[in-house]
Amino acid sequence: MDFVMDREHQLLRKMYREFAENEVKPIAAEIDEEERFPEETIKKMAKLGMMGLYFPKEYGGAGADILAYAMAVEEMAKVCTTTSVALSAHVSLCTAPIFENGTEEQKKKYLPKLCSGEWLGAFGLTEPGAGTDAQGQQTIAVLDESGENYILNGSKIFITNAGYADVFIVIAVTGTIINKRGRKEKEISAFIVERTDPGFSVGKHEKKMGIRGSSTCELIFEDCIIPKDRMLGKKGKGFQLAMKTLDGGRIGIAAQAVGIAEGAIDETVKYTKERMQFGKRISQFQNTQFQLADMQARTQAAQYLVYAAACKKQNHEPYSMDAAMAKLFAAETASDVTRRCLQLFGGYGYTREYPIERMMRDAKITEIYEGTSEVQRMVISSHMGVK
Amino acid sequence: MKIFVCVKQVPDTSGKVAVDENGILIRSSMPTIINPDDMNAMEAALQLKDETGCKVIAVTMGPAPAEGMLRELIAMGADEGILISAREFGGSDTFATSQIIAAAINHIGLEKDDMIFCGRQAIDGDTAQVGPQIAEKLNLPQVTYAAEIKKEGNEVTVKRMLEDGYMTIKMQTPCLVTCIKELNAPRYMSVPGIFECYSKPLTILDFDALKDEPLIELDTIGLKGSPTNIFKSFTPPQKGVGVMLEGADKATAADLADRLLKKHVI
Repeated sequence: MDFVMDREHQLLRKMYREFAENEVKPIAAEIDEEERFPEETIKKMAKLGMMGLYFPKEYGGAGADILAYAMAVEEMAKVCTTTSVALSAHVSLCTAPIFENGTEEQKKKYLPKLCSGEWLGAFGLTEPGAGTDAQGQQTIAVLDESGENYILNGSKIFITNAGYADVFIVIAVTGTIINKRGRKEKEISAFIVERTDPGFSVGKHEKKMGIRGSSTCELIFEDCIIPKDRMLGKKGKGFQLAMKTLDGGRIGIAAQAVGIAEGAIDETVKYTKERMQFGKRISQFQNTQFQLADMQARTQAAQYLVYAAACKKQNHEPYSMDAAMAKLFAAETASDVTRRCLQLFGGYGYTREYPIERMMRDAKITEIYEGTSEVQRMVISSHMGVK
Repeated sequence: MKIFVCVKQVPDTSGKVAVDENGILIRSSMPTIINPDDMNAMEAALQLKDETGCKVIAVTMGPAPAEGMLRELIAMGADEGILISAREFGGSDTFATSQIIAAAINHIGLEKDDMIFCGRQAIDGDTAQVGPQIAEKLNLPQVTYAAEIKKEGNEVTVKRMLEDGYMTIKMQTPCLVTCIKELNAPRYMSVPGIFECYSKPLTILDFDALKDEPLIELDTIGLKGSPTNIFKSFTPPQKGVGVMLEGADKATAADLADRLLKKHVI
């Protein structure tokens, strides 16, 4: 057990911080206010190897590791949640499943462009009627008469990066099967859809409470034709692929939640050391000190959970429960910390003059997307054997 | 073609500057950064590397922890680092420092096509002397305050930024250029660069490695070989706040002119 970060990761942290401070923080309020996707930041991150962080160099990746990825999301989230989710969705939800499940041809075709940031990735699982109940998929994929193409029909909602993505991992129903209990159930498969595929379009942009710069849209498939070699993984294994993808994604979102909490604490420490009330800096009041101490302890604990999950995934150990615990704890920490930080800011915190209200709005989503906190509790308790 | 980039680890003067009772900077109590102008010199070298594939070598003189800075520069894109470090070199002023760095560059070998880039000046001493002195000691042509550098064959064209305009100078390699912040925006370390930087070559040149170089004489290096003596160092008193004159009328203009006349400004 060693809690000392190696020198490469220390250097990475330094680079991420400088980048976040100089390139991400200055536009964070603006992209939130204008609901603008930070395309320019994506290009800058790509230049530094951040869009293909932990994928091997042979596929154009940076050859780093999952911890390096989690730290990247964390450091970006400290100053801008929108930027961090674009990175997280691209890496965890699109590039990772292609790397983990793709054929050699698929990897060679998609990974270099995704890792270099030339293409942006997204993931489509959620549907109007299939949120936490992900098996309630309605999007269908049927082989055409030639047997060469799949025809997709249906829609996906709340898809991160949708408006700007070039490649989408899409989960769809490919038929029905009889399960072990002799009951009929949906056969679910995964596909790689390209933005230019005929019959595919991106629908309306969601207006959200937080992560307002993130491009969250609907995906529409109207007789969308894709070659059959775009199936990702085995036929009928799409649900497992999606769940495994989300296990990995949770490390990213948990890291994001840690970053939001850290960013909020940083801003609040700075503010409370400047703000004078009753002739004292408000940092001199014990309430401020105890509140911040509690928040720091919880945030540090969340960070350890995230890093532990990241290291387990890196070492090919089972990490599904660790990722769920990290996401549950970090997300609830982020919401709690930002709410308490805003309280310490008082009235000023409620205005858009300070970033704390944005951080509080952004924090909430970490308890919802890539599996709600309730889903994390289901995952954890099932690993515990509590049935 | 090689480009030597001379860099210095300096205290971060954007924070609190600590000095002892003798007015000497307490370096250990301050966080260190890579001297900002040196980052521009490194970026200029890396841009030439991007264009031509040349080799970029980061050179510094300092204590052992300066290795960390060299690793960061390698993570940005430099091919290797040279750390000149020995007790005999300690306490060197600009004269002695440039003597030692020149000797180190000589030791590695300066070829016809090579260049040396330095930052204009370091934010701790602010002398702007080491770069030009290295050029003198190596008998190289030099151009200071570079705001633009172009290289074609053995000819280097440098646009110098002066207070009242630009001056464009051509010179032959090998040569030395000192760089200013207007030259470029230094790049960040990259993720692959960071993961490779500890496996790239870093050479430590100590006194033994350099003692046979013609420039290295015991009376021209280190504290003993440093002709500069600091008698006193102090924080200058803060200037008072200025006077603001308000109004856009003739009387205000006359008042302003009167005040400036009295101070012999006009």
